[in-house]
Amino acid sequence: MVTAVEERKNKFIRYKNLRENPVKVLSGMGKTTVDAGKAKEAYTARDRVRDIADRDSFAEFDDKFEETDPLEFEGYTDKKEALRAETGLHDAVLSGTCTVGGYPAVLAVMDKRFMMASMGIEVGEKISLAAEYAMEHKLPLIIFTASGGARMQEGILALMQMAKTSAVIERFKEAGGLYISVLTHPTTGGVSASFATLGDITLAEPGALIGFAGPRVIEQTIGEKLPEGFQRAEFLEEHGFADRVVPREGMKEALTILLKLHSKESL
Amino acid sequence: MTAFEKVLKAREITRPKITDYVSELFTDFFELRGDGLKKEDKSIYGGIALFHGEPVTVIGHRKGHDAGENIECNFAMPGPEGYRKAMRLMAQAEKFKRPVITFVDTPGAYPGLEAEMFGQSQAISASLAFMSRLKTPVITVVTGEGSSGGALAISVADRILMLENAVYSVLSPEGFASILWHESARKAEAAEVMKLTAEDLLNFGVTDGIIREDDIFQNVDKAIYDALTELKKKSTDELLKERFDKYRKFDERFCGAVSRA
Repeated sequence: MVTAVEERKNKFIRYKNLRENPVKVLSGMGKTTVDAGKAKEAYTARDRVRDIADRDSFAEFDDKFEETDPLEFEGYTDKKEALRAETGLHDAVLSGTCTVGGYPAVLAVMDKRFMMASMGIEVGEKISLAAEYAMEHKLPLIIFTASGGARMQEGILALMQMAKTSAVIERFKEAGGLYISVLTHPTTGGVSASFATLGDITLAEPGALIGFAGPRVIEQTIGEKLPEGFQRAEFLEEHGFADRVVPREGMKEALTILLKLHSKESL
Repeated sequence: MTAFEKVLKAREITRPKITDYVSELFTDFFELRGDGLKKEDKSIYGGIALFHGEPVTVIGHRKGHDAGENIECNFAMPGPEGYRKAMRLMAQAEKFKRPVITFVDTPGAYPGLEAEMFGQSQAISASLAFMSRLKTPVITVVTGEGSSGGALAISVADRILMLENAVYSVLSPEGFASILWHESARKAEAAEVMKLTAEDLLNFGVTDGIIREDDIFQNVDKAIYDALTELKKKSTDELLKERFDKYRKFDERFCGAVSRA
């Protein structure tokens, strides 16, 4: 017999779960595309940091940037200003140091509310700075990727961020650094084809769309519908490009184990 | 010439293709095929040749001189196998201490089902990372259209040279107009806005030199020769440091004074 108090409590917990973890709750309802779409609305970079970093351990990197508008593209800086007010982020990456399950790490999280977390100079620079900080302080690097690709409004300099981030990450890895890449919905284009797919270890969230070309472009090119599940995280795992698909609720545990397995204490 | 006229010129089927550069600038070319893993991708052409008597590795996107040839080489749109072949040839070049010369002319990496299935993203990122640490001089010549990650993947180089009517951009002007304005018809305007000509890229510090097209093969030959002569004087450590710094720092004027909390 469930008392009224217990019922209210259960209801509150369900509501809280729905609010904080929409993907988990919705994943029983069928299509992964729907879940991923909801997640896009609900789950911000700060939510991610809250769920991954140990309580009060996150120290944000306070990097200052000049306005980046190399093409002087109409409306671009205004758009960024508006998004800064809306998101509290200067651009699409939130980064800093923290501990995860007690293990120190550098954590960078992309936030798709900011122009689909497309990569312009500032995004490329923040990723590079995070990797360099990790290299300098001999810390593991964890990046949660999400991006529509290169930021068109920054033209060729956006494209060059692919080379820049890849070079910096490669140097970090060569120096013995551990880089864990976590692919979240969606990770496509120039981010997918640069630092996102250079992890020593690559995890992916269930149902996340991950690929170089967008599904619509591919369908137009080949003139047929794509099979269900194409370019999803599970598809990547099946084809050998992701180590593991890890659900959001198990992500912190997975990262903790991986950090433990690479920590000096475990040697 | 407007920016879009340059785009059209860069795409002209009558422009020299990599096979022409190979026969005009090099001797004893020996083509190498296949990625050693899965298959041969004809959209990337490569091999070993002599350049002014010295062995070099040549790699580039292959466009055809007519429709038939273009179909055969998939209009210079590589799949992951093409980039893996390029990496295989570059690794060989490093082992045998040969400089690498790449020719860029592509509408982009192929957006296809198989390409995605076999790791288009992973092949491109691997190539970017690999080239950034390749222990041999690398020179890139953008001869036609250099478009998107598909072009970048074989052009992380010590020197990037562009023909005066070549273009290099984050994607095609058609794609740019379609994404940002939902009107691919505004492609000419897009080409202008994108700053994709050789002069623009020189101003951005992305390219190191512009090659005039009055006597195209002779000028390309001289530009490569001069760049190679300069690069050969450097130690491997110097070469790698300068290459890294170039990509790390060319946009630093936008990055401001970095302060860390």
